[in-house]
Amino acid sequence: MDTNVFDMGDIDVAWCPGCGDYGILNVLKKVLAELDIAPEKLVMVSGIGQAAKIPHYLRTNFFNGLHGRALPPATAIKAANPSMTVIAESGDGDMYGEGGNHFIHTIRRNPGITNIVHNNMVYGLTKGQASPTSPLGFKTPVQVAGVMLEPFNPLAVAIALDAGFVARAFIGDAEKTKEILKKAITHKGYALVDIFQPCVTFNKINTWQWFKEHTYYLEDSYNPLDRSAAFKRALETDKLPLGIFYINPNKSAFEDNVGIYQQDNRPLFEREPDLNRLRMLIGKFRAAG
Amino acid sequence: MAKGKSVGADGVSIVLCGQAGMGIQTVEGILTGMLKLAGYNVFATKEYMSRVRGGNNSTEIRVSSRPVSAYVDRIDILVPLNKGAISHLRDRISADTVVIGEAELLGDEVSGAKFKFVETPFTKIANDLGNKIYSNVVATGTLAGLLGMKLDDICEYVKRSFSTKAADVVSNNVKAAQAGFRLAENVAVRAGIKINMSPDAGVKDQIIPSGGDSIGLGAMAGGCNFVASYPMTPSTSVLSFMAKHGRDSGIIVEQAEDEIAAINMAIGAWYSGARAMVTTSGGGFALMVEGVSLAGMLESPIVIHLGQRPAPATGLPTRTEQADIELALYAGHGEFPRIIFTPGTLEQAFYLTACAFNLADKFQMPVFILSDQYLVDSYYNTAAFDVSKVKVEKYVVKTAAGYKRYEMTPTGISPRGIPGFGDGLVCVDSDEHDAEGHITEDLGLRTRMVDKRLRKLESAKAEIVEPQLYPNCKYKNLVVCWGSTYPVVKEAIELLGKSDTSLLHYSQIYPLHPQTADYLSKAKRVVIVEGNATAQFAKLIKLHAGFDIKDRILKYSGLQFSVEEVTVALKKILK
Ligand SMILES: Cc1ncc(C[n+]2csc(CCOP(=O)(O)OP(=O)(O)O)c2C)c(N)n1
Ligand code: SF4
Ligand SMILES: [Mg+2]
Repeated sequence: MDTNVFDMGDIDVAWCPGCGDYGILNVLKKVLAELDIAPEKLVMVSGIGQAAKIPHYLRTNFFNGLHGRALPPATAIKAANPSMTVIAESGDGDMYGEGGNHFIHTIRRNPGITNIVHNNMVYGLTKGQASPTSPLGFKTPVQVAGVMLEPFNPLAVAIALDAGFVARAFIGDAEKTKEILKKAITHKGYALVDIFQPCVTFNKINTWQWFKEHTYYLEDSYNPLDRSAAFKRALETDKLPLGIFYINPNKSAFEDNVGIYQQDNRPLFEREPDLNRLRMLIGKFRAAG
Repeated sequence: MAKGKSVGADGVSIVLCGQAGMGIQTVEGILTGMLKLAGYNVFATKEYMSRVRGGNNSTEIRVSSRPVSAYVDRIDILVPLNKGAISHLRDRISADTVVIGEAELLGDEVSGAKFKFVETPFTKIANDLGNKIYSNVVATGTLAGLLGMKLDDICEYVKRSFSTKAADVVSNNVKAAQAGFRLAENVAVRAGIKINMSPDAGVKDQIIPSGGDSIGLGAMAGGCNFVASYPMTPSTSVLSFMAKHGRDSGIIVEQAEDEIAAINMAIGAWYSGARAMVTTSGGGFALMVEGVSLAGMLESPIVIHLGQRPAPATGLPTRTEQADIELALYAGHGEFPRIIFTPGTLEQAFYLTACAFNLADKFQMPVFILSDQYLVDSYYNTAAFDVSKVKVEKYVVKTAAGYKRYEMTPTGISPRGIPGFGDGLVCVDSDEHDAEGHITEDLGLRTRMVDKRLRKLESAKAEIVEPQLYPNCKYKNLVVCWGSTYPVVKEAIELLGKSDTSLLHYSQIYPLHPQTADYLSKAKRVVIVEGNATAQFAKLIKLHAGFDIKDRILKYSGLQFSVEEVTVALKKILK
């Protein structure tokens, strides 16, 4: 499939020139084209933020919901129609801050969705406050004395929760990011891809150069099936590893666990309620209790 | 049976009271079950404390030759199971109340009492059978005997109730019921009562669900196939009901991590072609409010069951109240339409819940089922719900290439497509958006979009459920109520016996029925009955019908109004 099926044509994009979000958009289009996922069979779900605007720049179905709330609707969209490819994509503030509780429990629930997080370590849209991943000491108009909260480690949290697929990428390397995303989207069950994305306007610490200098790829011999090793690597902070940290191929997805698709794989919208069964159920109330 | 004061012309009110975990529910379940089966009209309601053990909980069971569905203060027969039970119900016990129980257990609460106390050795009989635990079934046997049930029917029913248990458990329970039954005659003689009731042939074929069951069944009849919620009394029974029957009926039921997730899931499910519902109570709904606004902006259907309980904050978790009209009405930032149903009977709970799914789908807006603990937890026999009277109406369209989710239309309703059905793309956005669903800051378009969304309310107004007038339209006094108080106020009006007084019950409070002002201004005097402190429905009527209701009967203690209470209050006002 040609990537231009996803092109929106001449539109007004709200991102700053030089922002890492552009790279993610381009890579995502390539990934979808290479995986032959038609725009009609894809739903992009996002929250609110600069990153969360991405569905508007890609020709496909989308659900651009509330700040922090991409994962619950994404889970339900997949569960109601498992034949769709569902990607939940937003910023670090959206996914790990406002939506932190959903992040934890969506991993536990394990719906077959890909969770892409633009991690720029700052709140872009609201003009530069700290995000959960901002480094200690990071000064902002609100964190005037510098960030004092321990930075959130999404990978370690995801591995601790035994997420089925956990990866980190840096959009400075489009080719590798593309390969990681392809694997994430084809993974069955929940997949997290945290992507380092420089915010050129509000994060003067974690710049393109900074990410280049502070990241490296997990070695070829690295075994992503080893959860303890994965956890250990996720805790590294001197230099931040990139690549696929952890895969658990043995988990069944939420939509397979809900118990209604075993006999009948039709999506919910194609079904009619079983009125005879309902009549029988009502009849059972002839007896009390 | 013995001669004595005849009781039961309008039924018998039996109250069981004890600590949580003492087995009140066992007695209640078996008794109501066998009575219903025998053709008696039965109504049961409970008031209980928010604790798993201890405290004082009570269940009222009304048994009658004619249909009963309202809470009364009067207690004809009281079965106290622990010390404290009698004081707990002090205000409801009269000289005519027959209390059956064990002095040893109840202590000084029975000595020199103003009621008729009859010693009934439930525990001794149970111990003789080998375990104290049988005392509840002994009591059940006594009550069934007092009510005139046949011993064979009682034993048969007890056998059935314990059919999954070991053989000796079954036979001991049957023996317990028999022993209890044998006490009944003595109780009747000692208390000097005779209960006169006759079975009603129509009852057998009726059903006896709770309000929670009725809402669940209604949801199924409305084609609900997705439920996401977070447990919170009193709405949880609907969640468990859907979970229990969901898998077999093709319904996805998920306990979300919080109410915020729940409503966002439900909205996502509708977007993806499901028919989804959330069930919650005040505090949980407070967390959903942002999601209600999201549904407003996305023009998403959503069905919200909001079971009211006393608040603010955690309030009285297991009690009842009607104080969330304004919460439901104004929940969500910004301006967008909604529909609020307030069922008062099990029948209304079923049909309105089913209807909620059709209206939500048709008008693409939130539809509320505003119930309360009293409605959800009470049950009584009612005509079997007729599934053929409900039609699952689906309004999803197959999209064509170039589909625009928010196309401007005269009614404000844009054909709703879903992703994966047709060649079009379905784009929805919580930001203000254009016809295609893309973010816009075109302020002219913004104005048109607000108007479009609000126009849908005009369409919804064409389908407002009419308030019910009882007994007729020839009234000088009109008593207005909404939601769960319906059967209570109705019986109060009957008891009042004033031919110039009628009741107007609203099972949809918003949009308000357009003839409201006509109904009210026809009356010389209008009284409103509401389970809240500030007469929220009266305020709504004032705002939307321009009619000021000055006479208000309000209650917000956490308990439902009783029939007697409303009768007395109405007498005072309507002298
Ligand atoms: C409930 C709610 N709170 C706050 C906001 C304001 N808000 C919008 S985006 C955002 C943070 C964005 O940061 P991030 O998710 O990291 O995205 P970025 O802009 O950096 O891509 C905030 C606080 C909102 N829209 N909704
Ligand atoms: S504010 Fe930062 S994250 Fe947002 S578009 Fe500009 S550079 Fe990118
Ligand atoms: Mg950010």
